[in-house]
Amino acid sequence: MSDVRPATPVAPAVPSAPSPAQLAQQARARSPIEVTGAQSLVLSLEAMDVDTVFGIPGGAILPAYDPLLDSVKVRHILVRHEQGAGHAAEGYASATGRVGVCMATSGPGATNLVTPLADAHMDSVPIVAITGQVSSKAIGTDAFQEADIRGITMPITKHNYLVTNAADIPRVIAEAFHIASTGRPGPVLVDIAKDALQARTTFSWPPRFELPGYRPVARPHSKQIREAARLIAQAERPILYVGGGVIRARATEELHRLVELSRIPVVTTLMARGALPDSHPLHLGMPGMHGSVPAVTGLQKADLIIALGARFDDRVTGQLSTFAPEARVVHADIDPAEISKNRRADVPIVGDCKAVIADLIEAVDADNDAGRGGDYTEWRERVAGWKESFPLGYAEPEGGTLAPQYVLERLSAIAGPESIYVAGVGQHQMWAAQFVQYERPNAWLNSGGLGTMGYAVPAAMGAQVGEPHRTVWAVDGDGCFQMTNQELATCVINNIPIKVAIINNSSLGMVRQWQTLFYNERYSNTDLHTSVGSRVPDFVKLAEAYGCVGLRCERPEDVDATIRAAMDVTDRPVVVDFVVHRDAMVWPMVPAGVSNDAIQVARDTAPQWDREESEAVEQSLDPDHDGIPSGSHRI
Amino acid sequence: MSKHTLSVLVENKPGVLARIAALFSRRGFNIDSLAVGETEYPDVSRMTVVVDVDELPLEQVTKQLNKLVEVLKVVELEPASAVQRQVMLIKVRADPATRSQVLEMVSMFRAKVVDVATDSLTIEATGTTDKLRALLEVLQPYGVKELVQSGIVAVGRGPRSITDRALRSA
Repeated sequence: MSDVRPATPVAPAVPSAPSPAQLAQQARARSPIEVTGAQSLVLSLEAMDVDTVFGIPGGAILPAYDPLLDSVKVRHILVRHEQGAGHAAEGYASATGRVGVCMATSGPGATNLVTPLADAHMDSVPIVAITGQVSSKAIGTDAFQEADIRGITMPITKHNYLVTNAADIPRVIAEAFHIASTGRPGPVLVDIAKDALQARTTFSWPPRFELPGYRPVARPHSKQIREAARLIAQAERPILYVGGGVIRARATEELHRLVELSRIPVVTTLMARGALPDSHPLHLGMPGMHGSVPAVTGLQKADLIIALGARFDDRVTGQLSTFAPEARVVHADIDPAEISKNRRADVPIVGDCKAVIADLIEAVDADNDAGRGGDYTEWRERVAGWKESFPLGYAEPEGGTLAPQYVLERLSAIAGPESIYVAGVGQHQMWAAQFVQYERPNAWLNSGGLGTMGYAVPAAMGAQVGEPHRTVWAVDGDGCFQMTNQELATCVINNIPIKVAIINNSSLGMVRQWQTLFYNERYSNTDLHTSVGSRVPDFVKLAEAYGCVGLRCERPEDVDATIRAAMDVTDRPVVVDFVVHRDAMVWPMVPAGVSNDAIQVARDTAPQWDREESEAVEQSLDPDHDGIPSGSHRI
Repeated sequence: MSKHTLSVLVENKPGVLARIAALFSRRGFNIDSLAVGETEYPDVSRMTVVVDVDELPLEQVTKQLNKLVEVLKVVELEPASAVQRQVMLIKVRADPATRSQVLEMVSMFRAKVVDVATDSLTIEATGTTDKLRALLEVLQPYGVKELVQSGIVAVGRGPRSITDRALRSA
């Protein structure tokens, strides 16, 4: 394998891969040839332009691995655990916008894919999982390594197949890629019986789709667009609530144009970080449980929410009945089932965000030209005041120990917006969402919906394979890292030079934070012993044992030098053990199940609003106010 | 909550019934009654599902059903504009002393006797759920030994066919 990180300049991220349907049509038509089912599978993957498969062989999938050895188009990367294969496929897909592929054998191989499939389902990540199944005659007999993976994954895949006839393989593979990547993207599993892989069959391309029931709506209804534009023009306090759908739809340029045209403030959810550059003056930050004060308050005070590719998740809305009480809602999503699922939409728009936003631009532009456009000057001043008054902040820990937030700030500054940041789940994930400045889509990968600890390392590996010219930083916790760090072996052996920043607070930090706040500081089973008292394991030695570079940083004054040292390593993975203060907490926070009005910027500390209507102006003039009231709390 | 009858046209493929049943339980909806069979097109099956839900969750379940790749069409059949039928087989105690009374009930409800034994009758009845419930009530005093009922099947009144339309739009 060649080094996957040549020193060529980084191109801007505008993924514009053709859809699998187009590929299936474009791929040179192959006249029928005599092959095995396994060869037919590999030929199908080649025809779908698959360049990488992450997987592990085993009994039932063995026939497929033989022709895979001969393929010059498909690179198979042997991972160390099937969960790693699944998350790597997700990371590849999320970084590139193309379908990620993973492969596993029957039984335990397949069940190990369950977590990544559920993860991809929640976060709408287009992946195709191919699993071997026991021979069709043995299905249902509790044969060795038999598991009903189709039945198991029905509720966590967009669609799945069990193939027992070799002749179906090309059609099913083409359909799987089509379903995974069109409409609302998602995971598709193809389970293939061993005898179908071994059987003689004919392969021809392109196959004919048999999908009479699959008709995703992409074009929004013009009447709904007009109605949305009418509400936008009438609104006094509108806000754009942008979700991950905008990134999946590759609609970030359109979003940028809509924001410039309408001058409406924007919040980007955890899944949409980077959909609008964080540096944009109208960007209020991330909404939700750990959202910024301006973003959370902006939604609460808005009279119109324009939700684009977002799904009113409970982590965004808090207590649903008190969420944005004065707002009317325009809700655009490609999945009709998301509209009015949690919050009733006044104007539902079913369609692809790229088309929806393009149409909205036209409608808003026409209203502006006709002098009917909305004027939100006062509202903009108000939210700008909140932004000024309540920036994200954190208190320096005592005794010269390291603040995790500072590590993320410096990482962002040094690695820059062209890098890819991949987080696990927990405190480090929230800090990475808050303190890294995102300026482009697909630069931020994380497990948002399912909250899968262990996502970061394998997903970073997949992202690095998909985007070899970029620097990929996994930002991981000491808990998360220990769930999937075995993939460092895969990275070393296959020249996948990811970088891992372990934000090591020696704890399951987010759980510990809740124990601090809601369980009387009774720390039941959250101590991981990874830095306080003992280092089990010693992450530097662990990294070195895998053949990675291992670095450790424990003092603020060493952070920059350590990050730069890690950036200088390009020929192998680097693991940096950032030993941080274990009592650091994620703020702001809306406690679970209460109104977003109850947002706290620190423990037991509400934002200090002044008079209701003039708070913005008043506070922006207060030079001492930094958003983190002093005195009552300690981090 | 109120009862709603959904006609769901699906591809006639293995695993579809499991997928649909799983969707109902996964989303927290209880199925009151389910009947499934082939339509006039052998590659299309039709499920009649009766669910007990409010209007909003019903909208959600319909949308979720429509998302399934193998679902061709979902139609809610309003009771007023649809014919609904259910089949019930009832094995009822009937000795020489009560047999004629039971037979009288059977004829009043336009049901049929499909099996006779010395001390029992097996009755086949077809009708709406309400009618069958009424029949069961009057037979109860004689002693119901065994009861089996089908799911409800339903079809819209008038000349239009949902199968035609589903296939045309495909």
